[in-house]
Amino acid sequence: MPTSFIQPEFKVKIDYDKCHKCGRCVQQCGWGVYNFNERPIPDDSKCRACHRCVTYCPAHCISIEKNQLAYRDNDNWSPAARKAVWRQAETGGVLLTSMGNPLPYTRIFDHLVLDACQVTNPSIDPLREPMELRTFIGHKPDSVGVEPDGNGGFRLAEGEGMKNNLMLDTPILFSPMSYGSVSLNVHKSLAMAAQRLGTFMNTGEGGLHADLFPYQDNVIVQVASGRFGVSPDYLSRGAAIEIKIGQGAKPGIGGHLPGEKINKEVSSTRMIPQGTDAISPAPHHDIYSIEDLRQLIYALKEASGYKPVGVKIAAVHNVAAIASGIVRAGADYVYLDGFKGGTGAAPQVIRDHIGIPIEIAIAAVDQRLRDEGIRNWASVIAAGSIRSSADVAKAIALGADAVAIGSASLMALGCHLCQSCHTGSCSWGITTQKPELTRRIDPEWGAEQLTNLVHAWSHELQEILGALGVNAIESLRGSRERLRSIGLDEQMNKVLGVKPAGM
Amino acid sequence: MPREMAPGVTEGYIKVAPKVTRDGDKVTIDSAGVYYKQLNEAIRSQIADGAKHIVLENVNGQRYIGTGVKAKDVKINVHGTAGNDLTMFMDGPTVEVFGAAQDGVGNTMNAGKVIIHGDAGDVLGYGMRGGKVYVKGDVGYRVGIHMKAYENLVPIMVCGGKARDFFGEYMAGGMLVLLGMNTQFAEQPLVGSFVGAGMHGGVIYIRGTVESWQCGKEVGVTEADEADMAELKPILADYCECQGMDLAEVLSEPFIKLKPFSHRPYGKMYAPM
Repeated sequence: MPTSFIQPEFKVKIDYDKCHKCGRCVQQCGWGVYNFNERPIPDDSKCRACHRCVTYCPAHCISIEKNQLAYRDNDNWSPAARKAVWRQAETGGVLLTSMGNPLPYTRIFDHLVLDACQVTNPSIDPLREPMELRTFIGHKPDSVGVEPDGNGGFRLAEGEGMKNNLMLDTPILFSPMSYGSVSLNVHKSLAMAAQRLGTFMNTGEGGLHADLFPYQDNVIVQVASGRFGVSPDYLSRGAAIEIKIGQGAKPGIGGHLPGEKINKEVSSTRMIPQGTDAISPAPHHDIYSIEDLRQLIYALKEASGYKPVGVKIAAVHNVAAIASGIVRAGADYVYLDGFKGGTGAAPQVIRDHIGIPIEIAIAAVDQRLRDEGIRNWASVIAAGSIRSSADVAKAIALGADAVAIGSASLMALGCHLCQSCHTGSCSWGITTQKPELTRRIDPEWGAEQLTNLVHAWSHELQEILGALGVNAIESLRGSRERLRSIGLDEQMNKVLGVKPAGM
Repeated sequence: MPREMAPGVTEGYIKVAPKVTRDGDKVTIDSAGVYYKQLNEAIRSQIADGAKHIVLENVNGQRYIGTGVKAKDVKINVHGTAGNDLTMFMDGPTVEVFGAAQDGVGNTMNAGKVIIHGDAGDVLGYGMRGGKVYVKGDVGYRVGIHMKAYENLVPIMVCGGKARDFFGEYMAGGMLVLLGMNTQFAEQPLVGSFVGAGMHGGVIYIRGTVESWQCGKEVGVTEADEADMAELKPILADYCECQGMDLAEVLSEPFIKLKPFSHRPYGKMYAPM
């Protein structure tokens, strides 16, 4: 019998005429592709196309190609579908994968275009005129009370105005990724960058390592169903607290960080023994209703001196009604995670087939909260495959207050989207706890890469706002009139609240 | 017309600071009709002011008593019925309830001691990481769910009455004990179904027996041996002292022990792609 029906996905080609025989590829590969016998000999079956060896080969003599095996044509049974069946026939297991949904669903952002000023009102040059990206996340008052200031003007009356809002210098946060799923150096990079950028990183459900304490004013601490690392000290350190109900890549299911990833350091921030599985149950067992959610929101407020408390949910069919409940339960923000959002590990069937696109979720939630007259009670943070500043602008125009980036931020650190986070052998040193790999990221370098990325996107956002003729991101927020769709059907336009181009 | 419950207090909660009487480091707070927020603000500010013994009178379901309180050598006495999430995230104090408690006692608690001289509700000790919870009477569903231990933090919960379904579900560490003695449900089984479902750490002791169909597939049941009883006895002695019970009577019946088969119950479930 054959050992496996599954043939290598990639072919590793080495131009031995150019090869220095230096062994750098052997040393760089986290998957053990290379053996060295006078020259590097690749085992194609282990290659994940992460390009670490390609990037570091001093002779540029490695190329990775698709293994173009011919399959009998069958649009219904793609090679990937066949491979999945073979793998499950071999193992009997639930297919486990990582990163975001790669299937060719409609990418709605790519069917939306932004407006610009021409003739009838002037566009603004952001290089020479003020352009405001500052964003406040949290509850906004229903009305603003003012009183005479005695000099002929007015001032905010006592007790009026915004309370307990998070202040962001740009409407981009780093999305929750736990220490355990990513390395400590990644966490440090994100925390340092968040501080420099005037925004926030998010611990995910893995606790807060002591090395991040200096950056705690730019850290949102997460409370998920496993309650890992959650203590009064943890709650008191975060700038805000986030209750994680769901994740776009795996709505409705919990998480298992496998025991082999729970080393001494990871066990210390999660506050669990080394080597045991860290099991996050699917639901929070103290939340079976909106009333229960309110109870937890206020427990966290009571325990933290009334810090902002947000709630993260996966975008699912009934997201608007759920978000309304969350806002009424007292949340200061709702974090919506679309179905293309990333993950450190998720069953493939869940990642690829559950949830709805973030664009639709933003529009539906924003509209519902407006219709109910409670849009100001909470902010909306949108995530789940924000790939560029254009996606940021479109998400905000659809109704988000800010966006969060996970996959893009990991790409800034070297991620090549090889979808192998769950193996724990990331050659780029991102989603691994192996010391020989994690040391590949210098937090100082990582912070600079992340800062560069967010600065670049922020500049582009300012350019977009200038073209739109507005001087603050606030003026674009929820302004769907500044969007038009191309190639979406009438029903979808209605759901998005967007007119087709030409109207 | 609102019904007058006490002078100046009408039906429902009032959002004003409660009446506080201070005598050295002992403080008495009248909780009648006071909203939880103002009550807990008073408790926290008294602790910050050096109070060591806080007596809460007329408690009637106020939530979050002791929640997030981080203090050593502080004692809180609750007279009445404590509301949901009593001692959630608590780190240090001793809370004694002369009455019953509702859901979520000891939720994600770090350290301290909770003594309840009555019954308690559902989801007790969820994610509890340390400290002790001693309930005299019956408890509800999902008690001891996902209790976990870390280094010198080992949570212990003893329930003197009977328990409902999912006792010790997902348990990852610590010790959960059920006595079945002080119950108002004489006709009901000692414990419901799905005992220790998903359990992957810690230990459950039950005074009496359970049928195998009542247990989660992740746990094995054995009789508690001498070593087990040596571990259990000092805890039961402390419990009996707190609850005014006779240790000899508690020990007069044999105990069984439930342990998980594996620390990694789902380790072989997945096929990595």
